[in-house]
Amino acid sequence: MKKLKIGDLEKIREKVRRTANLRQGKARAKITVHMGTCGIAAGAREILSALLKEIEKKKLNDVIVTTSGCAGLCSREPMATVEITGRPPVKYVDLTTEKIKKVLNVHIIKGNIINDYALAIGSERTH
Amino acid sequence: MQDLSLHILDIVENSIDAGAKKIEIIIKENIKQNMLVLKIKDNGKGMDKNTVAKVLDPFYTTKKTRRVGLGLSMLAQAAKEAEGDFNIKSKKGKGTTVTAKFVYDHIDRKPIGNMAETIIVLIASKGMNVDFIYKHHKNSKSFVLDTKILKKELNGVPINNAEVLNILRENIIKELKRIEVLT
Ligand SMILES: Nc1ncnc2c1ncn2[C@@H]1O[C@H](COP(=O)(O)OP(=O)(O)OP(=O)(O)O)[C@@H](O)[C@H]1O
Ligand code: FES
Ligand SMILES: [Mg+2]
Repeated sequence: MKKLKIGDLEKIREKVRRTANLRQGKARAKITVHMGTCGIAAGAREILSALLKEIEKKKLNDVIVTTSGCAGLCSREPMATVEITGRPPVKYVDLTTEKIKKVLNVHIIKGNIINDYALAIGSERTH
Repeated sequence: MQDLSLHILDIVENSIDAGAKKIEIIIKENIKQNMLVLKIKDNGKGMDKNTVAKVLDPFYTTKKTRRVGLGLSMLAQAAKEAEGDFNIKSKKGKGTTVTAKFVYDHIDRKPIGNMAETIIVLIASKGMNVDFIYKHHKNSKSFVLDTKILKKELNGVPINNAEVLNILRENIIKELKRIEVLT
């Protein structure tokens, strides 16, 4: 069976070393996409993919993308929680790929919460 | 769920919830035998016999956030609709293997969907803590991606780095074309 071996990884390895301060504990923001069954059925994978592509495009090295399970709010999926170091988490609901890109650009990059898309601001936790 | 790649993502999320550190995703497409097999194998906390017997009941879940668990029942249903087969093997403390079989050319067999995106999303979100092995066979051709090997090759560069993910995505697509899963 052919193993996926990737020559380009070599180049990337060097490049990443030189350009980035990587994510070694320096993450400034974390985005958690909810990947429960109804989240996935409602398009959570596409939300996460769109985020990854936008992060790549904007060369953001200090943003972590992760997933969590069910958030208990099927009807508002896809959902994502944004946490910026030192501030309370914000939960965004009824996401589309366009909305999540805007969340990245307006909230994560510029620091302004988009109230129109947010569920509640306060003490929510991602598990 | 629209396609099998989304079911797979969902079943793998169960494995992640079960604390698995190594998750294998195997797809076998055999046109001669007219069969498609999906297998997701994890080394998570597993289940005892009683639990395994209950998991296909949509009203069984160990989740605290809501009272129904649908992931496994939905995949079982998808297999049934394509005159296939569904099976869970689990050992408490050892791990779980979920297998779904489908009649390949059955009119109600869901398409495989975008496996590259499912794998990339898993590596991006959990690749630092969990090792994923993805094996895809089509007839006599196959390929395998093993994040443990890739991490070694990366030699300290995080596997969830955006540029690394891009290269991985391109390579998975290239390999799926080589084995004629994608045209
Ligand atoms: N890989 C696994 N390892 C251990 N336990 C599992 C595994 N997969 C499923 N289970 C158990 O089976 C239950 C039912 O799983 P299922 O995917 O059908 O629903 P769920 O995960 O509870 O909810 P949903 O998938 O709808 O978000 C889970 O709550 C869990 O207790
Ligand atoms: S995945 Fe929708 S409420 Fe849990
Ligand atoms: Mg589940």
